[in-house]
Amino acid sequence: MASGNNKVLLTGDGVRRALTRISHEILEQNAAPDDPVLVGLQTRGVHLARRIAENIEHIEGYEPIVGSLDPRLWRDDPQVASGQPLMPSDIPTSVDGRLVVIVDDVLYTGRTIRAAMEALLDFGRASRIQLAVLVDRGHRELPIRPDFIGKNIPTSRGERVQVRMLEIDGEDAVLIGEEH
Amino acid sequence: MVARNKLAITGGRVIDPGEEIDQISDVLISNGRIEKVTRKTDESKFDGYEVIDATGMIISPGFIDLHTHLRDPGQEWKETISSGTRAAASGGFTTVCAMPNTDPVQDSASTVEDVIRRAALDGIVRVLPIGAISVGQRGNQLAPMGELADAGVIGFSDDGNPVEDANLMRQALAYSAEVGLPVINHAEDKKIAGGGVMTAGLVATRLGLAGAPNEAETAMVARDLYLAELTETRLHIPHISTIGSIEVLRSAKDRGVNVTAEVTPHHLTLNEEWVFGLKGEVPSSVGLQSYDTNTRVNPPLRSKADVGALVDALREGVIDIIATDHAPHAATDKVCTYNEAAPGINALETAFSSVFVLVDSEKISLVRLIESLTTRPASILGRDLGRLRKGFPADVTFIDPLALWVVDPSTFASKSVNTPLAGVEMTGQVVRTIYQGKTVFQSQPQVRNNG
Amino acid sequence: MAQQSTASPSYLEQDAIAFQPRRHLLDVDDLSASEISGLLDTAKGMLEITARDVRKTPALRGKTIITMFFENSTRTRVSFEQAGKILGADVINITASASSVSKGESLLNTVKTLQAMQIDALVVRHPHSGAPYFISNHIDASIVNAGDGTHAHPTQSILDLFTVRAHLGNISGKKIAIIGDILYSRVARSDIIAFQKMGAEVVVSCPNTLLPDEWELGSTLALESGFGGLRLVKSVEEAVDGADVVMPLRIQKERQDAGRLPSLREYSVRWGINSQKMALANDAALLLHPGPMNEGVEISSEVAHGAQSVVEEQVRNGVAVRMAVLYTLCAPGNSVPVIRNAGSSEPN
Repeated sequence: MASGNNKVLLTGDGVRRALTRISHEILEQNAAPDDPVLVGLQTRGVHLARRIAENIEHIEGYEPIVGSLDPRLWRDDPQVASGQPLMPSDIPTSVDGRLVVIVDDVLYTGRTIRAAMEALLDFGRASRIQLAVLVDRGHRELPIRPDFIGKNIPTSRGERVQVRMLEIDGEDAVLIGEEH
Repeated sequence: MVARNKLAITGGRVIDPGEEIDQISDVLISNGRIEKVTRKTDESKFDGYEVIDATGMIISPGFIDLHTHLRDPGQEWKETISSGTRAAASGGFTTVCAMPNTDPVQDSASTVEDVIRRAALDGIVRVLPIGAISVGQRGNQLAPMGELADAGVIGFSDDGNPVEDANLMRQALAYSAEVGLPVINHAEDKKIAGGGVMTAGLVATRLGLAGAPNEAETAMVARDLYLAELTETRLHIPHISTIGSIEVLRSAKDRGVNVTAEVTPHHLTLNEEWVFGLKGEVPSSVGLQSYDTNTRVNPPLRSKADVGALVDALREGVIDIIATDHAPHAATDKVCTYNEAAPGINALETAFSSVFVLVDSEKISLVRLIESLTTRPASILGRDLGRLRKGFPADVTFIDPLALWVVDPSTFASKSVNTPLAGVEMTGQVVRTIYQGKTVFQSQPQVRNNG
Repeated sequence: MAQQSTASPSYLEQDAIAFQPRRHLLDVDDLSASEISGLLDTAKGMLEITARDVRKTPALRGKTIITMFFENSTRTRVSFEQAGKILGADVINITASASSVSKGESLLNTVKTLQAMQIDALVVRHPHSGAPYFISNHIDASIVNAGDGTHAHPTQSILDLFTVRAHLGNISGKKIAIIGDILYSRVARSDIIAFQKMGAEVVVSCPNTLLPDEWELGSTLALESGFGGLRLVKSVEEAVDGADVVMPLRIQKERQDAGRLPSLREYSVRWGINSQKMALANDAALLLHPGPMNEGVEISSEVAHGAQSVVEEQVRNGVAVRMAVLYTLCAPGNSVPVIRNAGSSEPN
């Protein structure tokens, strides 16, 4: 299903190792009982968040709560006609006074994360918000920085980073190709 | 030296159904009257005449419209005798009969005389007044038909309003025997119509507009025909529009009832699908052009089946004439919702061209078409008009059958622009109109179809 | 940056043409099935927001939406107002009476005044069919039809679809029975079109005097009617039998006054939906009503408040659906109509 000129930057194993490392780092920086609420951004961020939660369960024996968030309505750039439906958000616990880790697949301009933070504020007043991303491809337009990174991939603006996940695309991989 | 009152129209195809002429001929006019129509062209015969070369043109007697609304007096912002007669001239009409639904209503000699006087001053073609059937057109009391006839009306109508009271209609017919002029009733049973703003049917249902069934007209036409049969007086049916009306009309004529009927150009060529605003195209979804208020008219545009039957009936002569029912309205009466729009179509300047297409598609002969605009209306009026006969007023209409033009209401002589035909391409156009020997309208067609 | 997803909704798979930004919502007959699906999906996301503590998003911040209602309707007007406000827009309500407005001049002038104020959207309810179409030709704002005469009520039909989909899943193949005054009902017209577009079978039962003249009881309508495939059955029982959705429409006393019905009592006996008639429908059948209900006339109190009634949900869903509509029409990036052709990524 990959188009001809996509290059594989991370294989399935690479993705899984990156997620394991992120899971450890999250635990390292946040000693118990400060257990985080993992909020994944629709759609792939949610799956990533679940995997991190599973990892944390294997490591520490408890599974952190996972929520989902669609920051679309808080964005500052037009996304209406992107063809993707608006997904319902679901954070099954109060975030007041909690540590929230936002989980997304690719960090680029930072606008999605800014929107996600503002949306999150309407759910309550988190004590701290951290950011975990599988791929940081640079070209930030806002002062947003990730706390946990799977892989730094320098890219040019004409390139397109594609994250594929087992749950949706049938395989785990990170690909880079030309924007058409 | 050319005498100003001598005109020779040469080389045109003269069609005068009344005089049974249809051939290339020359028409000679002097002192505002027809001098003669000759077949052979002979140069010397035109000495002293102003020669108009009519090669390629169709030359017809000036058209006669038995049904026009001049809106004057009372609604001069919509139209006046001046602008209305100029619109008539642009359309090739040298005689228009003015409906009495003015303000004040034409229900007394003084109002009629006023119209006649002002038409002589401001009008550029002949205006013949129609008197009201009832006082104020309120449908209660007969208008003074004798007085009105003496003042010069050619018939009686409450047009705009139907005479709802059947007894009053009967008495109006019976009383009209006194003057021998036709009663012209706008046949519309408002109760059956039920507030409909267009004809009932598929289109009305899709648009959610209240629909008036055909029978709102047919039922009253039938009533009027039987009453005319009872009273043995003259009935004229205005703007006939339904198959049902044609059927009762035909059987009444077969029985010898003294009735004539007219049909409008729009009822001959447009149908209910024009309300979608796409010139007759039916869209899969109701679009922004729908609810075209320029299609709102009484009686409403009907179904294709009705239109076909009207054309056939005109061809056969069951319907006697074409009459425009020219109904100018101001923009405030049309730039609004369909329910709020005033009914009426601005027709004088598009009338001939819009029905000319029926000749092209062989639904009616050119001779019959011209007859329905000249000879027959004249015989209903009982006047020496509508023919190029020696001594008759020199009313002549020139038609360029190959002219191609696009309807642009902003160029109308009429004060109003309410036509659904804006932007429609037409073939055939009136290019010159002569009234009593004087040219009252002339234009140069931009494009001619030489193919 | 949008990435392909195999779990994508059906409409993404369909056309090469991306979801086409719209200027107006005047009736459902103009929407494709995939556009309707898209609106329903968006409404689902919106519904979740209406359930939060902080019911607010900045999506339409800075936009001005005016609701202009020429007919009384607290329910629909408040629904639109709420929808706009949750999305962060400035919502202004104008109520006018069509009878106090003298002819079209005032409607036109009112609209021209609004045009000068440069508003983003105008939600209109008017007693004349076609009014929103007329208005859209005189103002740059997006027009949302909140009900025009007897012609259409698109947001009602979309929220009805949403409600049915939430309970029954797929709408395709379901039997929808609409009972009542079709001739005068814009809800009926829009619902018939909407449910048919989504593949449902729609059946109608009502007195002969409350149908358009050319519709015959006992027949199925042809395509050129605009409601092709609609079945007109001779009895309520036949309509409701095996139905997945039963929708009685409000019957108004004016119909009796106009001579179309002998009495509301007779209507209620022959066409009223009560428990007996509902029993003929499927076990999982839903009872919908556009409201307000005339309990005891077209619907019995028992059924109105019974287990199968989803009337209150319809109201809640109404806000979410109207949020989806306003968002789709007004969100930044949608303010200029752009048609993207297949094979080109440039806007025209």
